[in-house]
Amino acid sequence: MSEIIKVGMADLKICKAPDGLTTLGLGSCVGIAVRDPVLKIGGLAHCMLPDSTRIKSNTNLYKFVDTGIDELVRLLVREGASKTRMVAKIAGGAQMFAFQNKSDMVRVGEQNVQASIKRLEELGIPVLARDTGFNYGRTVIFYPATGDYVIRAVGKDEKVI
Amino acid sequence: MNKIDLNDENSVYFDVLKEIGNIGCGNATTALAHMLNRKVDMLVPRVRLLDFKDVGSILGGEEQIMAGIYLMVEGDITGSIMFLLEKDSARNLIATLMGTEHSEGELNELEQSALKEIGNIITASYLNSLSTLTNLSIYPSVPALSIDMAAAILSVPAIEFGLIGDKILLIENEFSEGLKGYFILVPDLESYDKIFSAIGM
Repeated sequence: MSEIIKVGMADLKICKAPDGLTTLGLGSCVGIAVRDPVLKIGGLAHCMLPDSTRIKSNTNLYKFVDTGIDELVRLLVREGASKTRMVAKIAGGAQMFAFQNKSDMVRVGEQNVQASIKRLEELGIPVLARDTGFNYGRTVIFYPATGDYVIRAVGKDEKVI
Repeated sequence: MNKIDLNDENSVYFDVLKEIGNIGCGNATTALAHMLNRKVDMLVPRVRLLDFKDVGSILGGEEQIMAGIYLMVEGDITGSIMFLLEKDSARNLIATLMGTEHSEGELNELEQSALKEIGNIITASYLNSLSTLTNLSIYPSVPALSIDMAAAILSVPAIEFGLIGDKILLIENEFSEGLKGYFILVPDLESYDKIFSAIGM
């Protein structure tokens, strides 16, 4: 029996096929899915903020995109995955509320997405697909077996990237 | 060194935040009663300090559809405040306020606007009590509305809490007649100190 493992906010989990990983109601946070297609193991990181170096309270590695991705890759490598084979998909980073003044906090979703792309690029992990931005929340399910990243949103058709 | 440590639930500062929440909710309930022109009761608010990973599961699940009204706060203290309620509660409120039937489907523009105004009045009365208590000037921005999954809406204040710690402070306020609402006040770190200084701590 395959199992779907839940990933909370500022959380990170890895699993092997046929299991899957899910995070419910991703808002401005970003859900970074990375897998090794040969071993069919993968992980999902649910990060809240783009940059750990800009925050004093930064001991929670899963909270930040930069340290979250590093941890995700480290845990996958520990399970035998090869960094050179890894591929990624990204979802989330919505702007849930429309405000007139575009302060940094309001744009945090967009910053999370940009930071994810940048970090993955630095690590040489290609981003195969993404479903990011706009103003709605997403529930995501990631299957390391196939690399399918299923995305559901309120009042919208389910899609797979 | 900042006084507040949001990870320490037993600190005296946490008690103060609880009390501020109680007073704020009381005022907000009164405002709601005036607005609806009828008696509105409230239960004693519950103040909860939650880990991020548990945030989504409190309001009937991560995917529960909620209406969130969110305002930026400026003045002597800065940050934001959110008033959250279940979609059905939101509909009931709108119907009562506008004297219309309980509608189905998506909220139309007028209903959304009414809901923002409700959020505006409720949060303003909440902030007023905080302002009176601390003698600090607090000005809310125009409200923004989102109707979406609970976890997605909560990600916004959670991220703001994420700047200073690993927990989120939430005030759960149940009004009478099945109306359930939640307040989330997110002062930034300097503002916590200003609040505590203002009340002599």
